[in-house]
Amino acid sequence: MTASMQSSVGNPADEKRGMNLTLRIWRQKDPSVKGKMVTYKVSDISPDMSFLEMLDVLNEQLIMQGDDPVAFDHDCREGICGMCGLMINGQAHGPQQTTTCQLHMRSFKDGDKIDIEPWRASPFPVIKDLAVDRRAFDRIIQAGGYISVPTGTAPEAHATPVPKADSDAAFDAATCIGCGACVAACPNASSMLFTAAKVTHLGLLPQGQPERDDRVVNMVAQQDREGFGGCTNIGECSAACPKGISMETISRLNHDLLGALRAGARPKS
Amino acid sequence: MSCVTTCLVGGKAPVVLAWGLVVTVTHAGRRTPKVAKTNSVVKKAVMAISGIVMVLYLIAHMIGNLKVFTGAESFNHYSEWIRTIGTPAVPEQTTLWIIRIALLVAVVAHFWAAVSLWRQAKRARPERYVTKKAVAQSYASRTMRWGGVIVLLFIVYHILDLTTGTVNPDGDASPYDRLVASFSNPFVTAFYVISLVLLGMHLRHGIWSATQTLGQSNRRRERTVNAFAIVFSTVLIAGFLIVPFSVLFGLVD
Repeated sequence: MTASMQSSVGNPADEKRGMNLTLRIWRQKDPSVKGKMVTYKVSDISPDMSFLEMLDVLNEQLIMQGDDPVAFDHDCREGICGMCGLMINGQAHGPQQTTTCQLHMRSFKDGDKIDIEPWRASPFPVIKDLAVDRRAFDRIIQAGGYISVPTGTAPEAHATPVPKADSDAAFDAATCIGCGACVAACPNASSMLFTAAKVTHLGLLPQGQPERDDRVVNMVAQQDREGFGGCTNIGECSAACPKGISMETISRLNHDLLGALRAGARPKS
Repeated sequence: MSCVTTCLVGGKAPVVLAWGLVVTVTHAGRRTPKVAKTNSVVKKAVMAISGIVMVLYLIAHMIGNLKVFTGAESFNHYSEWIRTIGTPAVPEQTTLWIIRIALLVAVVAHFWAAVSLWRQAKRARPERYVTKKAVAQSYASRTMRWGGVIVLLFIVYHILDLTTGTVNPDGDASPYDRLVASFSNPFVTAFYVISLVLLGMHLRHGIWSATQTLGQSNRRRERTVNAFAIVFSTVLIAGFLIVPFSVLFGLVD
């Protein structure tokens, strides 16, 4: 890192190493009309720009020309909020296993053609261009992604011990930021990895035990109701997940669900 | 939603109320997706368990086939024995029909779950990507659905060929002669080989997927489960393929 920065300062030839790119972007005015891919050209893109900054450059260009800028979701731009999410050259969040905001233009080279599409799933309808409505995830969370805690003074910290291995695994699952890359990458448009991350996160901790059976049954019922596809254990989700949530969580969800149904838990209608 | 239905049906309100339980829940401003009445994970469990039933049968079937190497008499005797298991306590073919019915139930359940989940997946992504790159999927996992359909067609042909003898060139002969007559045709052998290789790939992903679906996999076991799936399906399919190849190369005639 340091070495490359020094060389770029010392070498004047590197000053002009901006990239020229051809972008094919999905443009769709609103949910009711059909969209299509539109080709744009951007020039002098620095390899140090993030992918979103490159799109900012394009949008400034479009505004200057009096055209409609490309709508895309983004918020923190530091890889923790899960708002940004684009299908870049057929991969969720592009060629690196990270969020779109943390993908940098150094992953591309001069002259590249880049296809940019929104997440495609019927529960994620396109709002405009590349922005999709992911409230289906919120409703899955509402169906069971919570625990009951009595209000009042904070409980004594050592009252509920948690084994280190469990807390680590729960935390790994809790790193899910709900970006939707799993759904976007899945050939079935299944939200299994997302739901499984939530079920694993809460189900491994003692605080999550009272609602454990109802949680898994209701969250799975909700994801079916939203119209997501079923899981075929192909693994595209985990490979695309910027937080590297593992397929193990899906097995845990299935285990919990089948156990809960045997124990008589039924989804709320 | 249920109000609209009630108004339309008018006098039959109580029935509609009872139906209200399966009526789709709508979210304001969104097109209502068609709701799966059965939990998708339950469908997958049905798929996994019916798959296991069929795999257990395949193990017995493969071992039985190897009897062909002990000669015509022994093979035909084995075939006869299957029809007479339990006799004279039970009528002839009782055990055979129990196995057949169990398998038929497994095939129907497996097929129902597959078609239902396939349609759910189609509905979940009506608009396809212009560009989509596969990162993790194996050839085996990608061919589960169409491979499964081809295997089903193969099973139908296989029963008409060697069980009923309808499409067999030597249909009325003994089981051993029927087998030799069928595999003497290189096109039939080629069809068997292709179908069995597809079946092998189906099992390779199926075993892993069933382990996940029944909640028996974890990060530690993942490698072992996948290694087992590969070794098991390879050995099983090799055991099946050795018979047609032996006929083709004249080792069995």
